[in-house]
Amino acid sequence: MKLKTFSMGGVHPPENKLSAGREIRELSPSDVVVIPVSQHLGTPSKVIVERGDQVKVGQLIARAEGFVSTNIHASVSGKVSKVDIFPDSSGYRRLAVQIKVNGDEWVETIDRSGTLVKEISLDAEEIRKRIVEAGIVGLGGATFPTHVKLTTPRGKKAEYLIVNGVECEPYLTSDHALMMERSSALLVGIQIMMKGLGVEKAILGIESNKPDAISRMQEITRGTAISVQGLKVKYPQGGEKQLVKALLNREVPSGGLPIDVGVVVFNVGTVHAAYEAVQKNKPLIERVVTVTGKYLKQPSNFRVRIGTPVSHLIEQAGGLPEDTAKVINGGPMMGKALASLDVPVVKGTSGIVLISNEEARRKAVIQCIRCTRCVQVCPMGLEPYLMMNLAEKEMFERMETERVLDCIECGSCSYTCPSSRPLLDYIRLGKAEVAKLVRSRKAV
Amino acid sequence: MNQIIIVTIITLVGIGTAAAVILYFVAQRFKVYEDPRIDEVEEALPGANCGGCGYAGCRAFAEALVKNESWDDLYCPVGGNENMAKVAELLGKEAVEQAPQVAVVRCYGTPEFRARTNEYDGAPTCAIAHQLYAGEGGCPHGCLGLGDCVVACDFDAIHMNPATGLPEVVDDKCTACGACVEACPRDIIELRKKNKKDRKIFVCCINEEKGAVAIKNCKVACIGCSKCYDVCPYDAITMNNNLAYIDPVKCKLCRKCVVVCPTNAIHEINFPPRKTEKTEAVEEENK
Repeated sequence: MKLKTFSMGGVHPPENKLSAGREIRELSPSDVVVIPVSQHLGTPSKVIVERGDQVKVGQLIARAEGFVSTNIHASVSGKVSKVDIFPDSSGYRRLAVQIKVNGDEWVETIDRSGTLVKEISLDAEEIRKRIVEAGIVGLGGATFPTHVKLTTPRGKKAEYLIVNGVECEPYLTSDHALMMERSSALLVGIQIMMKGLGVEKAILGIESNKPDAISRMQEITRGTAISVQGLKVKYPQGGEKQLVKALLNREVPSGGLPIDVGVVVFNVGTVHAAYEAVQKNKPLIERVVTVTGKYLKQPSNFRVRIGTPVSHLIEQAGGLPEDTAKVINGGPMMGKALASLDVPVVKGTSGIVLISNEEARRKAVIQCIRCTRCVQVCPMGLEPYLMMNLAEKEMFERMETERVLDCIECGSCSYTCPSSRPLLDYIRLGKAEVAKLVRSRKAV
Repeated sequence: MNQIIIVTIITLVGIGTAAAVILYFVAQRFKVYEDPRIDEVEEALPGANCGGCGYAGCRAFAEALVKNESWDDLYCPVGGNENMAKVAELLGKEAVEQAPQVAVVRCYGTPEFRARTNEYDGAPTCAIAHQLYAGEGGCPHGCLGLGDCVVACDFDAIHMNPATGLPEVVDDKCTACGACVEACPRDIIELRKKNKKDRKIFVCCINEEKGAVAIKNCKVACIGCSKCYDVCPYDAITMNNNLAYIDPVKCKLCRKCVVVCPTNAIHEINFPPRKTEKTEAVEEENK
């Protein structure tokens, strides 16, 4: 089988998949969980519980506000001890619900048995409704509400469903573990998504560094309309646009979405959550998180309740090693360092990576030597060195015409720069300013 | 030989004369009338091109001064009232007087009061750090200390103090052009009325969090207790979102609020030292 990949740019960071092959361990909830009401892209949800309320696992605690928003459920049972602002992963404070854990009492309608429900009895509309109710968002990290993607815009038609099992970020193995352990559930999940979208064909893309997952999924999907495609290892293949290009050789237009070329992409974690929501009536209250690091005693894949503090996860993985410079929320390429370990795991937390002093050391930033390596590795065909210069000079209109909004913030440019220039930092700054410009223009 | 030189000279002079004549008529035909007063006014302005007036530079401001009927929105903070009066005399108009202002940094989160809980090693600009996270001290409103304001200042009037990690304004050099106010991503710097002897009383904090949360990160944060609001005899203090604000125009510099502030978040600068202990002063004033 010939391995496919995307054509433009890309880098090959060391894989360091230390926790690969480790079983998913169920992590018992910590004593107190903090569940933020804004865990998704879009409008924050509205809290519907008060201090002192008793809640059960799976009970709705914050309702979606508008279309691009999601429901949020209690991940533990116990008493709501506070509805207040708490620091999120960036240290900025946002509204959250704090629950003091007491027992483990679930909402009765949730099917907690381990039996696989293969029969999909609901129709497309009902599937979408279940997914809205369950508060499912893209678990790859972008946390875009899943029901929005399931709703095909008028005039467009979905032809393919692509399931993203690429996991191109170094260190992370949560999707890999999910594919190995929950393959049958994933198969049903993919079929649910296909039914929800009304598509006939689905492709599951997996990078070739996970041969066991490829053969497992190939075996299980035999005789279905789902094909499993191995992909050459290259970062950032897990980006939607890169994956569509790699698997179907279709190019998503600038400023467009995969649906513009008849494709919808879901992460395997999202598909698994959809299975649980539709077949088991279980809202999104837990997810698989990789906790890893070179000096960590037991790099692990945990099934964690949303709202569990990061410090609890690290403790369960053998405690914080002495040589820890940074704790990164997400993968090492796109993730951001945490300012505190007390922040909760949210729907978008795919991994916690502990970086040692040696790995974290930054080289001195020197001037651009015009080697154009950043241009060569940019998967979106942008010119990062130019973007950084423009952002420094506050030439945001020019940045817009240079298509800065196409940047997927993969960090390949900063990774590859021999002068260690903080390219992505400046591009992100410019992106925010350009987005502001665009918004103000729309408002007029 | 001589002939060649003569022919060359005649030809060149001929071409030159013809071109000059053509250029003269073209210039006459496409002449753009520009008010000569604009040049005069530009000459009279400070020429800092800082943009503090809101225009692209001194030339653009001079044009506005000449063309605009009303001068209500036109003011050069660098030149001040004196300079505006001079320009007004040139044009035979009336300048709108404005109280001179000075930039004030409203954060005192030094490492002593605001313990550093983490270390930032990213791109050294406040704009980027602000976008990434709350900052080394954990206060989401406090100064990041990376000096975007220093870079923005055209007048060398704001410097980082390495001991405190905070910027300090040199009052004599500050022209109140507002470049630092614009540059600060957290809106910490404010332009306030300049008082006699550069005296200042202001709330040196912009944290809008609840008192208990604010004080956790920084010992000199405004906790929104309203004590200053209660004690102010001139109604100069307003409370909003757990934060006190002293109106620089209404404030009469009586210093009563400074004494009652439990977290020392209200600063008094360039005042003579008090004669008695703080507590005694309160008692005296209460009498």
